[in-house]
Amino acid sequence: MGAAARSSQNRFDAFFIALIVFCALCYTIWGAARATDAAFEIQMWTAIIALLGGAFMLVGSVASGSNEDVRTKYQNDVIKAGVVASMFWGIAGFLVGVIIAFQLAFPNLFYFEQWGWTNFGRLRPLHTNAVIFAFGGNVLITTSFYVVQRTCRARLAGGLWPWFVFWGFQLVIVLAGTGYLLGVTQGKEYAELPWYTDIWLTIVWVAYLLVFLGTIWRRQEKHIYVANWFYLAFIVTVAMLHIINNLAIPVSFTGWFSYSLFSGVQDALTQWWYGHNAVGFFLTAGFLGIMYYFIPKQADRPVYSYRLSIIHFWALIFLYIWAGPHHLHYTALPQWAQTLGATFSIMLWMPSWGGMINGLMTLSGAWDKLRTDPVLRMLVVSVAFYGMSTFEGPVMSIRAVNSLSHYTDWTIGHVHSGALGWVGFVSFGALYCLTPWLWRRKGLFSAALVEWHFWLSTIGIVLYITSMWVAGVMQGLMWRAYNQFGFLEYAFVETVEAMHPYYIIRALGGTLFLLGALIMAYNLWRTATSDEPAQQRVGDAPVSGVAVAAE
Amino acid sequence: MTKRERDHVSGTETTGHEWDGLRELDTPLPRWWLHVFYATIAIAIVYWILMPAWPIGNGYTKGVLGWSDRANVARDLQALEAGRAAMFQRFATATAADIANDPALQEFARAAGESVFGDNCRTCHGAGGAGAPGYPVLADDVWIWGGSIADIEHTLRVGIRSDHPQARMSAMPAFGRDRLLTSQEIGDVTEFVISISSANARLNADANAASRGATVYAQQCALCHGGAGAGDRTLGAPSLRDDVWLYGASRDEIRRQVELGRGGVMPAWEQRFDAGTLRALAYYVHDLGGGEPDATPPQASPAEAAPVQQSALR
Repeated sequence: MGAAARSSQNRFDAFFIALIVFCALCYTIWGAARATDAAFEIQMWTAIIALLGGAFMLVGSVASGSNEDVRTKYQNDVIKAGVVASMFWGIAGFLVGVIIAFQLAFPNLFYFEQWGWTNFGRLRPLHTNAVIFAFGGNVLITTSFYVVQRTCRARLAGGLWPWFVFWGFQLVIVLAGTGYLLGVTQGKEYAELPWYTDIWLTIVWVAYLLVFLGTIWRRQEKHIYVANWFYLAFIVTVAMLHIINNLAIPVSFTGWFSYSLFSGVQDALTQWWYGHNAVGFFLTAGFLGIMYYFIPKQADRPVYSYRLSIIHFWALIFLYIWAGPHHLHYTALPQWAQTLGATFSIMLWMPSWGGMINGLMTLSGAWDKLRTDPVLRMLVVSVAFYGMSTFEGPVMSIRAVNSLSHYTDWTIGHVHSGALGWVGFVSFGALYCLTPWLWRRKGLFSAALVEWHFWLSTIGIVLYITSMWVAGVMQGLMWRAYNQFGFLEYAFVETVEAMHPYYIIRALGGTLFLLGALIMAYNLWRTATSDEPAQQRVGDAPVSGVAVAAE
Repeated sequence: MTKRERDHVSGTETTGHEWDGLRELDTPLPRWWLHVFYATIAIAIVYWILMPAWPIGNGYTKGVLGWSDRANVARDLQALEAGRAAMFQRFATATAADIANDPALQEFARAAGESVFGDNCRTCHGAGGAGAPGYPVLADDVWIWGGSIADIEHTLRVGIRSDHPQARMSAMPAFGRDRLLTSQEIGDVTEFVISISSANARLNADANAASRGATVYAQQCALCHGGAGAGDRTLGAPSLRDDVWLYGASRDEIRRQVELGRGGVMPAWEQRFDAGTLRALAYYVHDLGGGEPDATPPQASPAEAAPVQQSALR
């Protein structure tokens, strides 16, 4: 492609993005002017400021556009920005988690009657969304952009579009977070976003899908690497889940409130079909994509079994989507649907473990590296936690077990063994790998600090999940205890009193995890800003770039 | 460009693909993995045969075990109620004297009452009836509507300022908010109320203000609270002679109550609990520490006594 064609392609991208930003600006300005409630008005003003910022960036990038043939290089800048954003939102999300953990142990802490936003009910969705979507989402977007380029040996497709995806997603996060503090929520767990943010996220997500597919389309490798199957499954399925679960009718186009298209038990089932597959496709499939690139890379070993990766990929994709009803055992959901949810969860056990086997067995021939490489250790421990929680999940989906575990803090412990252990550690491992690669350093600023991070976080996770196991099982047993006369032995509030010490242990575990992440942020910062000369990584360029270099 | 190589560690061939230095071994599926996967599928199929599982048309496969959550819950509840029925029957027809002479009945009443209290009353009245501002202490001997088992039971049945037609009703005027008295008069009557209560020992009422307040009191308050402030249980007017204050014991809080005339609401529990449960709850509250002897023992009618439904006691 000639320089002229390239620059006209860039102008076309910029024009299209500008059109989206312009339409969004028109709507938000109209919305702010005609707002029927104060929260909506604040949300619109927030969006206006962000969109104006976006417009300035767009103009700046078009004005300074060079005619350099970027196809000889990977798009690394957006990935660097993603690393920074991941770390930032991670720490923000962990911090809110620690605050609400202490609020549960000491309800008067950081609670002011006149400031509704300090209420646990507002802060909790802020925490869950910040860690899952802001931290997890940024890690997924960032690593997928890195991995798809390297394994396709092609520059990221779409010119400016990856930047649109990145900044558009940050706007989703800001609107979500400030909205929750204002009390703007649909009341659907992990889908609390109001309708207008849902629409914006849909636009961003479709752009993400097209960038990803476009890169795969122009790949210079015959086969598509397994990590990209998982990333693609994650992007496509999340789009479907997001759109269907958020079908809603706004009360007014100038207010935030909307009614779900579904009602009653249909709404509940749709919600948990979404909720469970947010775990399945966002927190499992997406992060398996990370695992499939970074573990073999860091261990410098071939993936254990190609055949296993095919079978467990398709089995996982097919079975996960049916398991949602296990969130609604012993409710108004028909019993046959509960049966199907439970049995599909049980059948999901081995497909989930296929990923664990492939992750762990890839280490064969390189186990000794665990002693010396704390980053690899973090990645491997994440797979161990993945195996543990994907075993615990099917067990908890059995109705008899669920009758004890449901609504208790056992569920919270289960979620966090997956979230802190699996998602957290595999993300940390990937960011520890990416930072020296992207900023072209020999290695991390300090391996000792990684050791500190690893051990603090591991101890924190163990404190968290063991305290929640004990608290949850105790809570479940207390709820169902009858005395000799056939009356319930305990009042609800007595179970709350009994959990106080475990809540404190949990909060301490979370604090250790946060501390580890702070150490990590310092370590990455020092790595990126180090004054050592940049190290060129040999062969880290698209095929056309390599070809040019060879000429 | 497929080039299969043999991995020197495992001795397994690679698939010959390579991406950014990453390769894959062509290891067969682990046997144990495959067998456990088959086993879970088999378990699922067996489960589908035994249990309600697949939707067909407007119905679903019922499963050969005939298992039904709905039927199970109904059976469990029935068994629970049957287990409690005999004692409830005895309790509901017992006189106060019967209860006083029968430790088994007392123990049963305490267990039943504590269970109901924990899930329905404790949120406002606190553990053990410790009370909170606006929610009377139930463990002391100060009663607004009466402290015998019969009085307590009646209060529970009809509620206070509830939507029950016979609810216990009382309303203190908001003398300040509704401008029935001037700020000066409210201050004076506050001092007077303090002067006649045992709070005087710690709050030391202003004698001049109190003497002015006496006139206001006689005109505005004495009708319900009595000339000497002894209160009137038939009207639900608390005694002002003790040092127990529903909305706070400081001078400011007493004054605020004169200004606002606050009055809380307790639901009528008649619709939620059957007679036996209400009696047990009354007994439990009576037993918290401040119960008074019954003037006339409560006599439940036979219809009332039958424990029909105990929906609140799951």
